Amino acid sequence: MNTWIEKQRHLIDFTLASLARRKGKNLGLLFIYTLLVFVLASVALYTHALRTEAQKVLAGTPEIVLQRLVAGRHDLIPPGYIEQIGRIRGVQKKEGRLWGYYYDSVVKANYTFMAPRDLKIERGEIIVGPALERSRGLAAGNGISFRSYSGELHTFIIADVLPQNSELVSADLVLMHEADFRAFFKYPEGHFTDVAMSVANPQEIKNVAIKLMDSLPDSRPILRDEVLRTYASIFDWREGIMLALLSAAILAFGIFAWEKAAGLSAEEKREIGILKAIGWETGDVIKMKFWEGLLISLTAFFAGYVAAYLHVFHFDAILFESVLKGWAVLYPRFTLPPHIDGLQVATLFFFTVFPYTAAVLVPIWRAATTDPDTVMRG
Amino acid sequence: MIFQPAIIALLLAAGLSLFMLLVASPFAVQVIRHWDIASGSEQQLKLERLTYLFSTLVAFVCLVQILAALLFVFNADKMSVMFVGAMCAVGALNVNAYGFPALYLQLALFFLAALWLAINHADSRARDYPLVKLKYLLLLAAIPLFGLSLYLQLQYFLGLKADVITSCCGSMFSTDAPTLASEMSALAPQPALLGFYGTIAAAVLLSAWHWRQRGDLSGYAAGLGSLAAFVAAIAGILAFVSLYIYEHPNHHCPFCILKPDYDYQGYWLYVPLFAAAAAGMSAGALRCFSRRPSLVHVVPQFTARLAGIAALGYLLFALVASLMIWRSNLILLD
Repeated sequence: MNTWIEKQRHLIDFTLASLARRKGKNLGLLFIYTLLVFVLASVALYTHALRTEAQKVLAGTPEIVLQRLVAGRHDLIPPGYIEQIGRIRGVQKKEGRLWGYYYDSVVKANYTFMAPRDLKIERGEIIVGPALERSRGLAAGNGISFRSYSGELHTFIIADVLPQNSELVSADLVLMHEADFRAFFKYPEGHFTDVAMSVANPQEIKNVAIKLMDSLPDSRPILRDEVLRTYASIFDWREGIMLALLSAAILAFGIFAWEKAAGLSAEEKREIGILKAIGWETGDVIKMKFWEGLLISLTAFFAGYVAAYLHVFHFDAILFESVLKGWAVLYPRFTLPPHIDGLQVATLFFFTVFPYTAAVLVPIWRAATTDPDTVMRG
Repeated sequence: MIFQPAIIALLLAAGLSLFMLLVASPFAVQVIRHWDIASGSEQQLKLERLTYLFSTLVAFVCLVQILAALLFVFNADKMSVMFVGAMCAVGALNVNAYGFPALYLQLALFFLAALWLAINHADSRARDYPLVKLKYLLLLAAIPLFGLSLYLQLQYFLGLKADVITSCCGSMFSTDAPTLASEMSALAPQPALLGFYGTIAAAVLLSAWHWRQRGDLSGYAAGLGSLAAFVAAIAGILAFVSLYIYEHPNHHCPFCILKPDYDYQGYWLYVPLFAAAAAGMSAGALRCFSRRPSLVHVVPQFTARLAGIAALGYLLFALVASLMIWRSNLILLD
């Protein structure tokens, strides 16, 4: 065993020295290889972080949201509707929610107005999200007027601004008193936007939804798990599309690696010729070349991965943000929590090291089977 | 659902592997028909030179296959969140009829790839390449299997529909379903425990014996012992090890232990188990060639080392399993 390790160690030594002798060529290859890993790893890390963030955000939402449909469109929950649901086993809490969208023509963006149940807000006051604070230049204590859909002007005092760390969900939020909300939108008394329900046992959720459909045929229960799954597959799909587009780059890289490995310089050929003349076997030359490939691959892989990590988590993925994140006027600013996933690293390894190795196999063999006699003469 | 990164990687690996094997197949036919180590003809020299290329190529394909089997299971587990009713890899594999066949074929190819690598290693150590024809015959035999694997994976991944309600591991490994898996799950804990430790101890001892003694008899015994221990280990995981990990008297699933909820404990069990099984069975298979003149010294040395790996692997597996049972709060036997 020890002799085996010794032998590999000497081979690595020799390979490193031989790589250092041809700095220009190998650094070029290393650079392009690292760049490829960097691009692919950035995409993978970024989408994965977005996926985890979405999961974390949705973890606090109600398990079931019940909407009422009229002619297939979302409609208000009339008075008495919630009572009609009655007692369903497993439902811990059900409450009507009040929220709606408001288009602000000043900044040309939509706000989400909401009357929270669990937060005490005085009449005439509002609490706003951080993106709104930025876009309208607001601060606590300022007054702001909104023209409602009925044409009246409503003025509110800003009591508070929501904290930055909740920005992903609260960027465009405006919280107000229930009476203000009803007055602003002319919401009829006793009506709600939808019903939120919390279910303690995750395995009961589907049964609760089925019971809801039975007792209220005009309702549409939306399950949190469904929303989560949709998000997960959307982000996966975006990542997959990016990777499929980038496969052209992987192919180009494969061709480039093949060319590099195939275009042996006269000096390299002579080197291999001399090695074989002094007793190296074809198998030894293949092993040396294999170590060369492995060293380059691993260096490029780690360098590329670390660079991608920095790019995504410290520079907010400036290069791919617009493709992967989506778009909105009041887009929340947020930093993603760093996260590395095993499957993702394994996949990335398959995408980069595998094509490289496949591409250099034939050139390596060609180099290794060169006749010492012909090269040294030529 | 084909645009999942891991799925693209798996299909890429399967496709490229098949392509490489197909490229190597005309050469394999040539070797089988014309290889003659005693001849000094130009054709023989050409074949000898080319065999370096194709051996490296196939060795590479085999290594990729071993990694792909791991990635396949890993990916199935990760995908389970996307299907209604799926809680672990079982649900994701059950989404259509191709999931489990694809998994079984991946595992079979894993063992085949390991065997090929072992034969290749022994062959390249001997001066006259005594196993070269066998190696390429195996390669030709493996091509349809690799083709089938690519087909099954394509069918499986293309047929993944997120709106299918799949069945969870609870129904598949329940003790009264009419399947082999549930037969194993229904084994009473006490005999299963005895069989599990008995067979694994036998495999460890036989492998250790071969490691010391290097004879033919011990080699075959170690190979058979490894095979038996592999079956016993899987049965044991189904029958009681999983119960101890979940601390639940009725949950027999062998896939849920791979999940992060259980700290990926499954990988600690399966990686040593599969390494040991592959090494032990390859050692047994290689003993068939110990009488070839040029392999008289090579094979015993190599199989002894493989048997050593098998013994260590099974020992590690048994220790990990015992540790999990010992740490568990479940009391299955008084």
